[in-house]
Amino acid sequence: MASALFFYLFAVLAVASGATVILTRNPVHAVLFLILAFFNAAGLFVLLNAEFLAMLLVIVYVGAVAVLFLFVVMMLDVDFAELKAGFIKNAGVGAIVGGIVLMEILALVGYRGLTTAASLNVAAPIPAAGSGITNTQALGEILYTKYVYFFEASGLILFVAMIGAIVLTLKHREGVKRQSISAQVARGPKTGLEIAKVPSGGFNIPPAVKHPEAAE
Amino acid sequence: MTIGLGHYLVVAACLFTLGIFGIFLNRKNVIVILLSIELMLLAVNINLVAFSHFNGDLVGQVFALFVLTVAAAESAIGLAIMVVYFRNRGSIAVEDINMMKG
Repeated sequence: MASALFFYLFAVLAVASGATVILTRNPVHAVLFLILAFFNAAGLFVLLNAEFLAMLLVIVYVGAVAVLFLFVVMMLDVDFAELKAGFIKNAGVGAIVGGIVLMEILALVGYRGLTTAASLNVAAPIPAAGSGITNTQALGEILYTKYVYFFEASGLILFVAMIGAIVLTLKHREGVKRQSISAQVARGPKTGLEIAKVPSGGFNIPPAVKHPEAAE
Repeated sequence: MTIGLGHYLVVAACLFTLGIFGIFLNRKNVIVILLSIELMLLAVNINLVAFSHFNGDLVGQVFALFVLTVAAAESAIGLAIMVVYFRNRGSIAVEDINMMKG
């Protein structure tokens, strides 16, 4: 009974905050409601005994992706009111397409043959509740053995995404002094040292001796 | 009253539809389009985990993990493209993205 109550709480809050994400005018509020939606989805995952994915959702999504969104939304100085024009005009088409998709999915859900799993060939059975094996351990036991290549591939995807994001946003400004390590290492007595002949007497000072450092 | 697979599928269907609706509704705003895509991926993950739980198969959760990874990479690249685009054009309206005339 309690789990049913929690299911309805999380489900209603997730759908309501999802609706607010697309309807609100302020994109900062949209990102904050997306965070709320992710929290409630994490609650649903806990109800489904997928604790590891629930924590992953909170840490990765709320902790990293949503904060990234917040940074970008606050960094870009965009007139969002102007972007909202045509809000009502597009709503009709969206309602038609969304309604059709919703009807189709609900029809599929109502189709009884899909939800019975009697003669199912289970690839990796979930350990029983009393076996003492946690969800995280069970996931790790198949993720690092049976699906290790997919795991490596997902690491590669993240790596490529990281390099791509850095390459895209890196800006080389002109006229900024930078450290040139190769020039510093290649500097030797021949280039770094200069012997100036200073004649005695002091009245005949030679014109300024040019040091490489002073020239930069 | 027991909560079955159908309940979770209905929640996921609602979230997925909200994502589609959001793309149509905010056709000018790239940020909200990216948020809508995140909503749709979240709905897909709820579906995967629900099937995993009710069929007693752990592979659904493994696949949800990979979906999560790809979604994070996608949003990072999408936001980077948006920042570069804003730097070049001073706007993020979708209608202005027609330089390639595709």
